[in-house]
Formats: sequence, structure tokens, C-alpha cells
Amino acid sequence: MKITKRIHFKFPPKAAEQPVVTRLVRDYDLDVNIFRALVNQKEEGFMMLDLTGDDINISRGLDYLNSLNIEISDTNLGLQWNQEKCTSCGNCLTHCPTDALHIPDRNTMEIEYRASRCVECMNCIENCPFGACYALF
Amino acid sequence: MKTYQEINEKIKSGRAVVFTAEEIIDYVEEKGLEKAAEEVDVVTTATFGAMCSSGCFLNFGHSKPKMRITEAWLDDVLAYSGIAAVDLFLGATQLRHRDPANMNYPGEFSFGGGHVIEKLVAGEKVQLFGLSYGTDEYPLKEIRTWVTIDDLNQAVMVNPRNCYQNYNVAVNCSDKPIYTYLGKLEPNMGNITYSSAGQLSPLLNDPHYRTIGLGTKVWLAGSQGHVYSEGTQHASSCERGENGVPVEGAGTLALTADMKKMNPEFVRGVSLKGYGVSLALGIGIPIPVLNKEILKASTVKDRDIEACVIDYSSAYPERRGDIVARFNYDELKSGEVEIDGTKIPTSPLSSYSKARKVAGLLKDEILNGDFLLSEPHGMLPPDQGMSGLEIRGKE
Repeated sequence: MKITKRIHFKFPPKAAEQPVVTRLVRDYDLDVNIFRALVNQKEEGFMMLDLTGDDINISRGLDYLNSLNIEISDTNLGLQWNQEKCTSCGNCLTHCPTDALHIPDRNTMEIEYRASRCVECMNCIENCPFGACYALF
Repeated sequence: MKTYQEINEKIKSGRAVVFTAEEIIDYVEEKGLEKAAEEVDVVTTATFGAMCSSGCFLNFGHSKPKMRITEAWLDDVLAYSGIAAVDLFLGATQLRHRDPANMNYPGEFSFGGGHVIEKLVAGEKVQLFGLSYGTDEYPLKEIRTWVTIDDLNQAVMVNPRNCYQNYNVAVNCSDKPIYTYLGKLEPNMGNITYSSAGQLSPLLNDPHYRTIGLGTKVWLAGSQGHVYSEGTQHASSCERGENGVPVEGAGTLALTADMKKMNPEFVRGVSLKGYGVSLALGIGIPIPVLNKEILKASTVKDRDIEACVIDYSSAYPERRGDIVARFNYDELKSGEVEIDGTKIPTSPLSSYSKARKVAGLLKDEILNGDFLLSEPHGMLPPDQGMSGLEIRGKE
């Protein structure tokens, strides 16, 4: 069954030397859509992407990444929204292209963050007056 | 007809009937104005947003040996020291020392006076660095120490201009993005921003300043303070709608309260990219229902309050009065408005949800008998304009 899975990787320094994306495409027949990446051989690396392909291939691809000690998370760790810091001022709203930050109820006007919709464009970080949005990398 | 004394007696005995400015709309519609005016004692109004023209006076006590501070920084943010030996005034919009500002346009402005005030209210340690020339009785010439708000003798917030009655709605008609105190405005009218709590906002619920005046007790970030003066730029002789509600800035309030009693949730430093720093505050003001006219004014709805869209790329900086469009707050809050057939997304900069929370907290305090109302000892100027500054030679 063909599925799409959003994954956040954290690379240890050595794994950053590996051509992991090429391997995922060539050996596991996966489509890779990278939103954002920071790869540095001397430090940790991060990558936020969608993997599309046969669910068994995705599972095997993730096993391969595990073997390189790459930390895998299927929650959005790249962009963080701190509910405590958010005042629901709303300044992010017109700058969020996917409505990941939105107001579900126009009577209460409270902001809600939907991580699954976030494409990490970072517009919210630039526009939040209260520092409620920040990125791990 | 009720008096302040009668309302306060009811509050003290736990019998006061209190509604928020949002709740009162439906209640009056259901009960009718006459009956509701008899029943209801207080309507609580509120706002939460960036309020420049805020700051605080701080007294640090005397060091040993003593010092007459002539220059001072709190967490590297300059505080004004030309008051007395160990009194400082810290302003909300003061940048941190050596902030590159807009040299790397648009600047980040990640920390400034508003953030130091936030830290103080949150009970965090702040660094005081002071310099002096030294005198016989104040010999110390330099000081560096760390303090919390509990170490200070006084920390009093004194805000020359808060609670703008209404406010501009911003748009950018140029072909480049601009960065303003109303947020980033995308080119070619790509977005619209506004900043008002609308139907909850204090002075929109008392458009002719019948109850909010000099000495009115207010809920300033959880601390019980008062209106000490008309706010700077108070301009009551503005254009008003048929209901008497201003369609532009209009009235303002100068507020003060003990900062040691504030709730950190409602005192928040603000960083606006390309613009600077400021301070966001939550403010609640009770309106006593002295008669049915006062109650009627407090039932104002978002759709009855209009605001003017101003081009912040040209008309605003050049101090021209042209207006792009007008919308009411119901339209602005919907998330989209239309100008010349083009749909434009809208977003607020003041938090309606926090304003709701403040109105509810103030209501609870009044119901619990913890917040009594005060009768103003003077009213705000009802018909006053505002002049600009002319740039001219000495002769």
C-alpha cells in the first residue's frame, strides 16, 4: 500500500557522511520531499521530509536509517509552537501559507497549531511578536 | 438610576450582577434595555495588545557605599536616571545597548525595555549596571548587581498612553513588503492587520467617556490601578459613526498600577521585526451601569464599530489622511475582507481571546467582592483635537 509519512531525522555526526537520501530513493524506491535540512559533518544534522512509497519499503528504509543511529521521529519536531508563550494575537495568521496556525472559532479567536499541516516555511518565527514559534534547527 | 456607592455596596455584599461586554450584548437583547439596566450593576471591558507609551518607575534602594546613578542599564537596556539618586524610569520601547536595529534590515529586535519589564514581573533576575561621577555623599562611581522585583522598594508601572479607543487598520499599497508596528505588510495589499478588542475594548464601550475618567479604578495586568490622566494624543473630537463610536484612534488613557502585584501572563515583551520592541498588556476596566444610556453604549457589537484602512507605505508615514477603505470589526475578525473585488486576508495584533480572559477575571474579582469601583474625580476632555509637529527654522 502506497503511503506518505512525515518524518523528522536527527543525524549523529558520522551519519551525516552517508548519502542517505540517495539510498532511500534507489534502494527502497521512495519519493523524498525535503522541507528543510541542516547537515554538518562536524555536528548533528537535521532533516524534515515526507517519504512516499510502499509501506513495507518505508518501514525497511527506516530500518536502514536506524542502523546508522539516526534518530527518527514522526512528530513535527522542526517547528515548535509554545502554547504558553502564544497570546493568540493572530499576527501569524496571514503569513502561514498552509493554515497550520489558524483560528478554529472566530468567537473565541484562539490560535490552534496543526503540526501535520506545517511545511516549516518559518514565516511564523519571523512574524511572532512573542517568540512563541521557534525551530530546533 | 444607580450610584457608585450603591453598586459598591452590592459588590461588598456579594449581590452585584456583573456581565462582560461580550455577554451583555445577548442579555440586553433578551431582557430589554429597561429591565437589564435595573438588574445589571457592572459591565467589564478589556483589551490585550501591544501598548507603546508604557514604562515603569523603579526604586533600587541605596548601595553601600551610596551612589547617585547618572547612567543606568537593566539587562543592557538604557533606563532614564535623571530623576533622583536611585530612581530609574524604564520605557517599553527602549532597545538593548548596541542592538543593530535596522542596520540589518529588517532588524530582529529580540530584546528591549518591554522584555525587561516582562522579566521583572515574572520574578526573574535582572542586571543593573550604573555609572556616576561621584559626589561627597554619594562616592560610588560604578555598580553592577542583580536584582528581582522583590528587591526593589517600588516598581510602579506608569503608562502615558494605553487603551486607544479605536485604531488604524493597516495595508501596504506599494510593491515591496514593509515592516511596521502593525506587523509585516505584504506588497500590493497582500494582507491587512488591525489592533483592537472591538466590542470588548474599554473606550469603545464608553464612547463619550461618561464613566471612565480621572481616577477610575482599572485592572492593569491583574494589579488594581487607576487612570491618572487623559492619555497622550487623546483626541476625542474625531470622526464618529452614527452611534457615537469613533472610527479612528480617538481617546486614550494614562494608567498606573503597582507592578509587584501584576500577573506575568498579561505583561509580555513584544518584538516586531523591522520595527522595534514594545510591551503587550492586558487591561480590564469596569463600567458601572448608572443608567440605561451607559448600559446601551456597552452593548456595542463588533459590526457596529468601524475602522479605517490606511496605507502604511505612503499615507501613514507622510501624515496624509487618505483612507483606502472602511470595515467593521465583524468583517475584520472574519479573516478576509474585499477591496475592489480582491479578497485580502486579515489578521489581528491584539489578542481577543486574552481580552475575553481579562474581562472574565475582572468579572470574577467584582463578583467575589475583591474589586470595588471608584467614581472619577474628573472627566476626560470630551472635545479635544491633536496637533502635529511642524518642522521649522528658529526664526
